[in-house]
Amino acid sequence: MTVGSWEAFVLIVRRELVLSFRRPEQLLQPLVFFLIVTTLFPLGLSLQLSLLRDISPGVLWTAALLSSLLSLDALFKSDADDGTLEQLSLSGQSLTLIVVAKTCAHWLVSGAALVVVSPIVATALGIPVAAFATMMLSLALGTVTLSWLGAIGAGLTIGLRRGNVLLSLIVLPLATPLLIFGAAATERAISGSSAVGAMYFLASVCVFTCTLAPLAATAALRITLE
Amino acid sequence: MWTWFYKLASPPHVFRVAAAFVPWLLGVAALALGYGLIDGLAIAPLDYQQGDAFRMIYVHVPSAILSLTVYTVMAAASAVALIWRIKVGHAVAAASAPIGASFTLAALVTGSLWGRPMWGTYWAWDPRLTSELILLFLYVGVMSLRSAFEDPARGDRAAALLAVVGVVNVPIVHFSVVWWNSLHQGATVVRLGAPKMPGSMLWPLLAMWLGFMLFYGAVLCMRLQGELLNRERQALWVREAIKS
Repeated sequence: MTVGSWEAFVLIVRRELVLSFRRPEQLLQPLVFFLIVTTLFPLGLSLQLSLLRDISPGVLWTAALLSSLLSLDALFKSDADDGTLEQLSLSGQSLTLIVVAKTCAHWLVSGAALVVVSPIVATALGIPVAAFATMMLSLALGTVTLSWLGAIGAGLTIGLRRGNVLLSLIVLPLATPLLIFGAAATERAISGSSAVGAMYFLASVCVFTCTLAPLAATAALRITLE
Repeated sequence: MWTWFYKLASPPHVFRVAAAFVPWLLGVAALALGYGLIDGLAIAPLDYQQGDAFRMIYVHVPSAILSLTVYTVMAAASAVALIWRIKVGHAVAAASAPIGASFTLAALVTGSLWGRPMWGTYWAWDPRLTSELILLFLYVGVMSLRSAFEDPARGDRAAALLAVVGVVNVPIVHFSVVWWNSLHQGATVVRLGAPKMPGSMLWPLLAMWLGFMLFYGAVLCMRLQGELLNRERQALWVREAIKS
């Protein structure tokens, strides 16, 4: 029985979502990590709220970056270990389609969830409500890009024993522009000035990675799987 | 039709060519570096603002340019190796990575030594400095990814893909002083219109740049020979090359 591309895409996304909701702790751990890291800063800075407000965009974005690294390991690894990924790649569907579906599902359970809980963290850090829309949009654009960069990194480090450290070493340098512009956009929104420039940059980087990263991630999987 | 191309890029041929290039590259590099160092460090006039400290550019600027050039060479060699499956490309990339990382480190160190008297600080979180630091991390990432695989062929291809992906950082480093308000000096030599630098200062700089390029070429050829011998150690031509 042959399945159309769109149908296969929906099936893979649904499978990924079902799997992650069956293991809710895997879903929640990065989010809890996100909350914990951001609460460490106020504790370490002895509750100087004015200082906290100044550094809050950086804290928020750094924590988001680190917590999404945590979930990247699960993107391909468990499926590669038990042979599911190989079966999928032999299914007759293009490997790129599988990669796109898996990364979309990964973003839904990691990036989108991060965006949803970010207002809680932002309130704790003293970010005004007026800045929430910009902050959440910038985080949404940033986490999509991160998921894609992570897909390349995870694809390259699948078979490695200490792949996790290497994954951070590969992904973090590439993700630094996101941190710079994401934090800049949030900071501008907090101070009340226009964040349009930084948002355009984030959006363009997002479009850029969405177009080219699937090819790179597919190539990475081809190298490490075969 | 493309067989000549593959013959040209065959390891024994590249090994011989590299061996033949080394003395020439080293000789001309020594001439260029000698002239550049003497003229740059002793003869070129003082900068009216920076005094003698400006002479740091004769090491700093060529290292910084080379850090980008070497990365571009590495990425191009990786792309060639991935697309046409030419093994020598991986060897060139593997041989280039440590050289490029060294140039990047040299640019960062000389820059911060210059920054201390001029900017009053060793380090500033400035776009150009930060992106150059990211370049160093990329080099380290490519090198460690290559060595992380037990199967060297797989490590080669994974590192090659990462090198190609990381090439997006090259234009960011290069244009960082144009795009952002940077503490770092803007483009002075390579720009539309005449260089913003008098000839007495410019010539030694160009000589140093040429010298660094040739020096890179020479070190690349030497390291490439080592890489090829190590990679092809099972091959017949290696035994013959060692004997002779």
